[in-house]
Amino acid sequence: MTTATPTMTKAASGLRNIALSRALVAPALIFSIALTQIPFLVTIYFSLMRWNLLQPKERGFAGFENYIYVFKTGDLFPAIKATVGLTAISVVTSLLVGLLFAILLDRTFRGQSIARTLIITPFLIMPAASALIWKFSMFDTNIGVINYIVQKLGFSAIGWSTEYPYISVIILLTWQYAPFMMLILLSGLQSQSREVLEAAAVDRAGAWRTFLLITLPHLRQYIEISILLGTIMLLQAFDPVAIMTKGTGGTKTLAYLLYERAFVGMNVGQAAAYGVVTVVLTIIVATIALRTLFKVFMTGVNK
Amino acid sequence: MNKRIKSLALGGAVAGLLSFGLVGCSSDGGDVTLTLATVNNGQMKDMEGLKGEFEAANPGIKVNFQVMEEGDLRAAVTSDVANAAGQYDIVTIGAYEVPQWGANGWLTDLTADLADEAYDVGDILPPVRDALSVDGKQYAVPFYGESSILMYNKEILDKAGVKMPNKPTWQQVAAAAKKVNSAETAGICLRGKPGWGDLFAPLTTVVQTFGGTWYDMNWNAKVNAPEFVQAVTFYKDLLDSAGQKDPVSYSFNECLTALKTGKVAMWYDASVAASMLEADDSPVKGKMGYAHAPVVKTKESGWLWSWNLAVPANTQNKEAAIKFIKWATSKEYHQLVGTKLGWSLVPPGARTSTYAIPEYNAAASAYAPITLEVMSAVNPKQPGVNPQPWVGIQYVAIPEFQDVGNQVAQLVADAIAGRTSVKEALDKGQAIAQAAGDAQK
Repeated sequence: MTTATPTMTKAASGLRNIALSRALVAPALIFSIALTQIPFLVTIYFSLMRWNLLQPKERGFAGFENYIYVFKTGDLFPAIKATVGLTAISVVTSLLVGLLFAILLDRTFRGQSIARTLIITPFLIMPAASALIWKFSMFDTNIGVINYIVQKLGFSAIGWSTEYPYISVIILLTWQYAPFMMLILLSGLQSQSREVLEAAAVDRAGAWRTFLLITLPHLRQYIEISILLGTIMLLQAFDPVAIMTKGTGGTKTLAYLLYERAFVGMNVGQAAAYGVVTVVLTIIVATIALRTLFKVFMTGVNK
Repeated sequence: MNKRIKSLALGGAVAGLLSFGLVGCSSDGGDVTLTLATVNNGQMKDMEGLKGEFEAANPGIKVNFQVMEEGDLRAAVTSDVANAAGQYDIVTIGAYEVPQWGANGWLTDLTADLADEAYDVGDILPPVRDALSVDGKQYAVPFYGESSILMYNKEILDKAGVKMPNKPTWQQVAAAAKKVNSAETAGICLRGKPGWGDLFAPLTTVVQTFGGTWYDMNWNAKVNAPEFVQAVTFYKDLLDSAGQKDPVSYSFNECLTALKTGKVAMWYDASVAASMLEADDSPVKGKMGYAHAPVVKTKESGWLWSWNLAVPANTQNKEAAIKFIKWATSKEYHQLVGTKLGWSLVPPGARTSTYAIPEYNAAASAYAPITLEVMSAVNPKQPGVNPQPWVGIQYVAIPEFQDVGNQVAQLVADAIAGRTSVKEALDKGQAIAQAAGDAQK
C-alpha cells in the first residue's frame, strides 16, 4: 500500500514539512518583524512631524519639511563623505596591520598565546573606553605617550585632535579593528596546506615569492570577508568622533550627525528624517555588499 | 483618605508586579519619596550626603538621588519634563534652561512659596535671581552660582616680571601670555572643545566685550559682524601664539589639570575652579592670583551661571519637593555644610549672606571676595555693549541655542586649527544663527 502511491505521500509529507517548518520559524519571524519594522514605521511617522522637544507648542504634522531640511542644509553629503572616507581608509589600514600581526603570529615561539591574547585585547575594549584611553594616555599634549616620545625626539608636542582630527580617528579605529582582521587572517594562514609550503621550500622559492604567489592567493577569500565584516562594523563608528574630535576637521560621520540632531538639537522630527534617509542608503549599499558577501562564501564552498 | 488608599493600593500593585523592594517603602504610613535628578558635581554629592538631616527633620519624606553626567542629565531631564512623564519631583537645571522652561509652563512658579521671612529670598544674589525669573515669577532656586575670572600662577608671572592688575584688559592678558609662554609652560589655557557650553561659554564673553553679540534687538544674527569676527580672531591668535597645544581637547577639567601641574600660567574660566585650585591636595595652593574677567569695551565681562533646583509642574509631590529645595538652598544648609563637611565646601555664589560668614571668609579668603564682587557686578540683562532681547550672558536663552552654539563652535574649531579662515567659518555660522533667529521673530 505504501508503495502504491509513493509520489503522493512524498508530496503530502513535503507539504506537511513546509507547514511545520513555517510554524517553527513563525515566532522568530514575527518577533523580528515586531522588533525591527514597527520601530521603523514609527520612525517614518516621526520624520513627518514637526517635533522639537524644546518647543512643545509647535508640535504638529510637517509633511516633507524635515526631508527638505535634510537635503537643503547640506550636512548630509559631507557626513556621507566622512563616513565612507573614514571607513574605507580605516578598513585598509586595519587590514594591513592585521595581516602583519597575523604573519608574525603564524609560527611557533615561546609566549605565543600570551602575545596573541595581548594583540586581541584592543578589540575587546569598549569603544568609548578606548577613545578615552587614546585621548588622554596617548594623544594628550602633556601626559600622552606619543607626545612624550615626540618631545624626546626634539620636536614640539602635536595637538592631535586639533591639527589632525581625521588621522587621529583613523589611528584609533585601526588600533581597535586590526586585531579583528588579524583573527580572520590568522585562521586563513593556519589553514594553509603545509605540504604546498614545503614543496615551495624544496623548490627554493624565497619567503617573499612564497608569500606573494602561494599565501596571498590562498588568503584572498579571508581578506574579502574581513573587508566586508570590517566595513559593516566601522560604518557605525561613533565613539572616537564624540569623544575626541566632536565632528571637527571632516570627521562628522552619519552616526554623529544623527546623534547631534536628536540629542543636541532635541529635534525628533529631523533626527527621524536623517534616520530614514540613512536606512534607505544602507539598504542600497547593503544589497550590493551582501550579494558580494554571498559570492565570497559560495566560492569558498565550491573550492 | 480615599486618595491615600488608592495610592497605597496602586503602590502595592506595582510592587507586586515588579517585585521590587523599592516601591514597597511607600507602604509604611503613606510616606512620600521624592526623586531628584542632579549633576555629578562635588557640591551635589555633598547634598546627597546631607539629605539624612532633612529626612530626620521631616519624617515621612524620603529623597532619592539620581546623579548623572551633565550631558546625560540634560537629555534625561529635558525629555522627561518636555513629555510630562513625571519621573522626577525635583530637577537640577542650569540658568540657561530655567527661563525657557518656566515660560513653557514646565516648572512650578515658586514666587509665593519663597516669600516667607525665614527663607529670605532677597538674600539670593540679584543677578542670579534675575536670570531665574520670567516676568517677575521665579521658577527655580540657585544651589550654587559662578562667574568667570582670570586665574594665574603668581610664581610664573613674577619670574617673568609680569604684574596682573585686578581688572585687566584682554590686550594686557595677551601681552602677559606671550611673555610667559615657553616650551614647557603655555601662556594661557582657553577652552577649545566644540560645544555651546564648552568653547562658546568663554568665547561669548570675549565677543560681548569686543562689542559683538549673537543677535540684535530684532533677532537678526550678528555672527559675521566685524566685532564678532574680531573677537574670534583675537581668541584664535591668542591660542596660536601663547595657548595650550591641543585646544579641541581642552575644556574645564583639562585646563584645571594643566594649571595645577604648571603646564599653563593663566586660565580664564569658571570662578568655581578657584576652590579646587586652593584645595588641600592642589600643588598650586597659595600660589594663585585671581583677577576680574578681562575686558575690552565693557566694564565687566564675567559670565553668570548657576545650577538650580526646580520642581516640574506635573509632579505629584509638589509640597514636599518645595520643602526640600528650600532646605537645600537655605542659610541653615550652608551652616550645615560648613560645620559638617568644612567651610570651603559651602556652595558659592548663591546667597549674599554666605560671604558674611566669618569661617567661610577665612577658609576661602583667596577667592571668596572676588567671586562675590564679580557676581554682583555682572549684568545678565545687557552683558555686551548693545541691548539684547534675552536675559543671560554666555548663552542665548532660546531653545535653538544649544544646537546653534554647537554647530558654530565646530566651525570655529576648524578655524582655530587653521582649516578655514575665521571669516569663512563665521559666514557659515551666520546662516545657522539666522535660521534660529527667524524663528523668534
